[in-house]
Amino acid sequence: MGLGVTWAIDWLQLSARKMAEHRVELIELDRAIGDSDHGENMDRGFQAVLEKLTESAPDTPGAALKLAAMALMSKVGGAAGPLYGTAYLRASTALGPQEDIDAAALAAALAAARDGIVARGKAEPGDKTMVDAWTPAVEAANEAVALGADAVAVLAAAAEAAEVGAVTTDPLVARKGRASYLGERSAGHRDPGAVSTALLLRAAATAAGFPDGEQA
Amino acid sequence: MTVALVVVSHSARIAEGAVELAGQMAPDVQIFAAGGTEDGRIGTSFELVLAAFESALDSAAGAGVVVLTDLGSAVMTAEAAVEFCSAPQDVLLADAPLVEGLVAAGVAAQGGADAAAVKGAASAVRFGDAGGSTGVVGPDGATPDGGAQRSAAPAAPRESGEFVLVNAAGIHARPAARIAGGLAGLDAEVTVNGVDGTSVMELMALAVGQGGTLTVEARGKDAAKAVAYVRRLVEEGFGEK
Repeated sequence: MGLGVTWAIDWLQLSARKMAEHRVELIELDRAIGDSDHGENMDRGFQAVLEKLTESAPDTPGAALKLAAMALMSKVGGAAGPLYGTAYLRASTALGPQEDIDAAALAAALAAARDGIVARGKAEPGDKTMVDAWTPAVEAANEAVALGADAVAVLAAAAEAAEVGAVTTDPLVARKGRASYLGERSAGHRDPGAVSTALLLRAAATAAGFPDGEQA
Repeated sequence: MTVALVVVSHSARIAEGAVELAGQMAPDVQIFAAGGTEDGRIGTSFELVLAAFESALDSAAGAGVVVLTDLGSAVMTAEAAVEFCSAPQDVLLADAPLVEGLVAAGVAAQGGADAAAVKGAASAVRFGDAGGSTGVVGPDGATPDGGAQRSAAPAAPRESGEFVLVNAAGIHARPAARIAGGLAGLDAEVTVNGVDGTSVMELMALAVGQGGTLTVEARGKDAAKAVAYVRRLVEEGFGEK
């Protein structure tokens, strides 16, 4: 039993709630090494996703992600807009018209999203960007699939790995994006894009029914 | 059909100004500005960029679209818009300085170049190279070491001429664009005072004033046409006083 459009819509709605809840935290992180707009931008972007969801009801997970991609691309702005927009679009394309997403399809969609971000942003692991959350998430998802995990467990593994990945950005010196202008001074701060990625993937697992460790 | 151009900038005024400038030199080329955010702030708007791409694709009617961008996330927004647009294979991003690249692209498009050659003309203008292009691309997309130039082998006809400038302003942007635009459409390798006759930037850099001389040397099938073309422009004072 895989995940359907209900999961996808729940995920996007929960993502919007998480971005609103963590708006100030993301702003603070971005203030240290960026231009302090990440929290604002992500919150605005996902509010736009919610609006689009009230205008039209997608009938497949892929369609839901495509709708989100358009909204994020248009409303997030800066570099995060094209990056997340591309990620959701590539994931949507990978899922195609499937109505029921199994573990392997989910892992493939996560990989497609990560590949889109890498293609767009030209960042590599270790550059202190959202790639440092996405790459371990994709690897964990693939390992879970290999071990026979179901779709929910794949998302849980991806979320867990993304959270660890975000923490590992703390000591890194930024080599991409606005933070790279700070050079060595970017070390000692967590990358806001990696944090938002971890929040979004955690929301995906929670929406799939995996118990949320953060709060009840 | 003529290749259409799009300018993506963080600033609406930069985009519009660049379009205005290039339009002087490429009056028949459709150039679309996508600068700033929807609410007039500094930034790039995915929706504005995508809309400009679609308008440009419509007006180019299959001839293709070449895009010039300014800094950082403008490139990223443009790349994403290519992926989302209705004909990704028809939209080419040029890696070039915005203003110089746009002018070079405009002149190439005005001369009838295809999309790959228009992109090549823009990309040949390098950052920090005020002299302009070294890798000039002809209207058929051929590079100097490519096939088109081999037809201009030693046996090819040669023509030359010397013309004294009569217009008061001499060689400035518009005359340079008219010379380059016309020569780009001919099958000939042409130099003007030693620089590439199809490069607006190099011609402008000559800065020859009224009373100065243009020495045109052409080689290839259309060599005579090329020299005659420059003669006519000079004699007409480029349509100026």
